[in-house]
Amino acid sequence: MPATNGSTDGSTRIPNPMLLIAELSYKCPLHCPYCSNPLTIGEAKYADELSTADWCRVMREAADLGVLQLALTGGEPLVRKDVEEMTAVAKEVGLYSNLITAGTPFTRKRAEALKEAGLDNVQISIQDSDPVNSDRIAGTKSFSKKIEAARLARELGFPLTINVVLHRHNLDRIEEIIQMAEDLDARRVELANSQYQGWAAINRESLMPTREQLEHGEAVVNAARERIGPKMEILWVLPDYYEDTPKPCMGGWARDAFVIQPNGDMIPCQAAPSIPGMLFDNVRDKSLAEIWFDSEAFNRFRNFAPEVCKTCPLDRFHLDFGGCRCQALALTGDARNVDPVCKFSPQHAIVADAVAAANRPGRNGDGALIYRTEKGTVPVAG
Amino acid sequence: MESLRLDVPVLPNGFRLHWDKVRQRHVILYPEGALGLNETAVQVLELCDGKRTIEDIADELSARFGGADVHDDVENLLISLANIGMVKDAGN
Repeated sequence: MPATNGSTDGSTRIPNPMLLIAELSYKCPLHCPYCSNPLTIGEAKYADELSTADWCRVMREAADLGVLQLALTGGEPLVRKDVEEMTAVAKEVGLYSNLITAGTPFTRKRAEALKEAGLDNVQISIQDSDPVNSDRIAGTKSFSKKIEAARLARELGFPLTINVVLHRHNLDRIEEIIQMAEDLDARRVELANSQYQGWAAINRESLMPTREQLEHGEAVVNAARERIGPKMEILWVLPDYYEDTPKPCMGGWARDAFVIQPNGDMIPCQAAPSIPGMLFDNVRDKSLAEIWFDSEAFNRFRNFAPEVCKTCPLDRFHLDFGGCRCQALALTGDARNVDPVCKFSPQHAIVADAVAAANRPGRNGDGALIYRTEKGTVPVAG
Repeated sequence: MESLRLDVPVLPNGFRLHWDKVRQRHVILYPEGALGLNETAVQVLELCDGKRTIEDIADELSARFGGADVHDDVENLLISLANIGMVKDAGN
């Protein structure tokens, strides 16, 4: 039975979500220093992972709630042996399933089983077109297995997405990266610059590119789009620090998408647990529809506008919703402030100063990287 | 950019038509997205089976609509979908 918000009291109707980001496990063979997982992935609660039956029920409920897109992610989703079973349920209820994998555990046996189960798309992360630097950023030898996995995906007829998170240490190879995706016969390549959330927040100084790197990157992307056409879609996303107005984080708080963590906590975005005082419901206790429409956490920033947005000179609030609540919290100390990426933010200098520091002449930017680990919370460096 | 040839239109690998029961409309589902469709587009796309040419599709729809000339509408729709990567030629 499809679930919709039956509200008739004149309040703004809550939209049904389009996307479920299913974080199946926080275990991962890689240690990327820009991982969007929380810094607290080592906490015991996340080891108490949902059962196969729980996830299969979640897929059915998600479809009834209006979800069309299912991202099977983590950590590394394939550390779970039951992804095939979940995929079969996703197919049965019509969800478009996208496996977001490091590639290293995408073996022939599992790939064939996933094909059989009806998996729609395979997305493989590669850290760089340069094998040595790819392994260095991943924190483990993995490049050649990723390439093998990408070829295997194509051999079995999966549409392939290659995802390369961009930053100071690989942006200069953007031409080679696009060429690599073309050579692998990718249908889509995601060239999103690292945003400074999760693990990337504590590695911001080392990761942030220069303006010159980004201008070069954008010119290369535009030329490649012109040359390649619709055969391979190229997604290009700037670090939002380099923009004047914020991004509509997650398409707006609890408007378009939600995340379910490995232990079943349902959250509006990956960084939401960083907001103090937020209590999240668990899909073991409540239905997805109850949590989506009625929970305190999902309603916290719905129909909410930061003060400066109420008089926005660009009338952009309906486009960006004042940006990211979690970034506002991380940088200004209060999630209710406008995202300081916005040039009208009273605290915009925080972002402008960070950008200026990244562009200071003589800075080589080869600071140490703090790698993602599950060995407890790493203290946030100042 | 390669010039666009579109004789036998078909959805690319990984793209599929889906009935969105909650929003009561058809969509094309593809990696990371969904495109809402009007009824005309659905009728055209349902005939894009990788065998029918644009002429075949236009002829079938024309018969359905009492002989109306729909060829240009069908072709324009398919070309605009091909330009955004939602449709391709079966031979490419």
